[in-house]
Amino acid sequence: MGKTIIEKILTSHSGQECQANDIVVATVDFVMGQDGTSPLAIRAYENMEGQELFNPDKVALVIDHSSPSPLEGVSALHTIMRNFAKQKGCRIYDIGEGVCHQLIPESGQVGPGSLVIGADSHTCTYGALNAFSTGVGSTDLAGGLVSGKMWFKVPETIKFVCNGVLPAGVYAKDLILYLMGQVTADGCTYMAAEYTGEAIQALSMEGRFTVANMAIEMGAKAGLMEADEKTFSWLRQFTEQEFTAVSADPDAQYHKVLTFDVSELEPQVAKPHRVDNVSPLSEVAGTPIQQAFIGTCTNGRLEDLRIAAAILAGKKVHPDVRLIVAPASRKVYLDAMNEGIIQRLVEAGAAVVTPGCGPCVGTHNGVPSDGETVISTANRNFKGRMGNSNAEIYLASPASVAASALTGVITDPRQFMK
Amino acid sequence: MKFQGKCHKFGNDVNTDYIISGKYKFKTLDMNELAKHVMEDLDPDFYSKVTAGDFIVAGNNFGCGSSREQAPLAIKHANIGAVLAKSFARIFYRNAINTGLPVLECDTDLIDAGDVLDIDLSQGVIINRTKDMKIAVKPLPQVMIKILHDGGLAPHFRKHGGFNFD
Repeated sequence: MGKTIIEKILTSHSGQECQANDIVVATVDFVMGQDGTSPLAIRAYENMEGQELFNPDKVALVIDHSSPSPLEGVSALHTIMRNFAKQKGCRIYDIGEGVCHQLIPESGQVGPGSLVIGADSHTCTYGALNAFSTGVGSTDLAGGLVSGKMWFKVPETIKFVCNGVLPAGVYAKDLILYLMGQVTADGCTYMAAEYTGEAIQALSMEGRFTVANMAIEMGAKAGLMEADEKTFSWLRQFTEQEFTAVSADPDAQYHKVLTFDVSELEPQVAKPHRVDNVSPLSEVAGTPIQQAFIGTCTNGRLEDLRIAAAILAGKKVHPDVRLIVAPASRKVYLDAMNEGIIQRLVEAGAAVVTPGCGPCVGTHNGVPSDGETVISTANRNFKGRMGNSNAEIYLASPASVAASALTGVITDPRQFMK
Repeated sequence: MKFQGKCHKFGNDVNTDYIISGKYKFKTLDMNELAKHVMEDLDPDFYSKVTAGDFIVAGNNFGCGSSREQAPLAIKHANIGAVLAKSFARIFYRNAINTGLPVLECDTDLIDAGDVLDIDLSQGVIINRTKDMKIAVKPLPQVMIKILHDGGLAPHFRKHGGFNFD
């Protein structure tokens, strides 16, 4: 019987011919933790009486969720991570380096066919590189650090076939928000998503990361894509390591195959307080906003900043709006500086903050006030997500956020693209 | 393991930000401190309403969102005996088993807020005392039973030196 991508990766990593619903123990190629999860993982590691890491070269800790530290308590947790990394000899990405889900792909250590666990739910992002990559909690992470292995129930797969061509002004973010609205927040629970079709193939790697990143918002264990020339040429910027593409067999068994045509898609938003509360942006156009945020592991990449800067160039952010920009990594920040993107954003009135997760997870760098409305390029709009449960969050593409920052109300970006 | 307690009821898609907000969880590893803020954005008085051994009862997709293990830990430290839901998000489910918080998949439409339940974990039986009714529980995978039986993943590793499901 044919296999899906995830069945093939779990077969190759467990040494056991497996299919959906089997339980396997698989070797992992890379293990990652961030500052919200690693301190507890280190505690669990000690509790397991772990001695050496299974392989320090395949482990990274990332300080990105509260970075630089806004509080004494957080500083103490960061110290635990720095000491552990020093003692065990693994890589630590410290403040200013960026968001884990940008840094790990940029490290070149993950590619087609890799199996990765990360103690962060958005670890599914590397599915864009044709890797099986999934979020785990701190104790599972500790198990991975000790043994280099993890147990998995092999998930069934839902295949998303996206046909057609995205219209101008409509982006990967609009596509994944639309899919979210269609399948809902538990539409892929316990399952993997495979995204395919000409609309996915046409996306840049940045756009593919955006789509894979939000697989978890549907409850999925992974959001996988096929590898093509774009995947390999993107990886060649960062590594000489050879990877082999993993494709699904033509007779692979899917839980469901969903087919969409994206040619008529409009800009989308997820409305408060649910990621699957999705509508065309036009339904809420004109809603006043007080804060706009461009960044995160969903949409803080060079292409995202470039799109936003093109809309903001030579204009000023609305006087009643605060625009916050957090590049996804130091590399993204530097590339954006070299292209003049940061200059254009700052001249328009943006506050550029240190690469990291802060505003999205409500730790610092932009907690909204009571009764305020935020439009953000992040992946979650739960009540309280940005640090205040009396604020409302709309999720949208970088173009829509930039356009809204100019007008002070939720705005279709296509009016700035004529 | 047997529990008796009363039920606190929530809806579908209770995410881990609602269980324990990011604004608290990044600051400390003190779970007793985090426990005071459990479910705060859904019910600001929740922590003070809980009597030790009470149950959280919810709909579909409980624990969706972030991978924070502080979510099951804070629930456990708020003295909740078990969480019952129609379905759980997968990372939360694994985290709960790994840290020893009992999680049971069952038809929670058969339970109302305030109902008193008897739960026998080893038998996988829930009795709704208030409604005088037995409620079926979806069994755990064998792997998870083994981990639970060893007392969580860390004791499992101490005992076996790694994953051992044979």
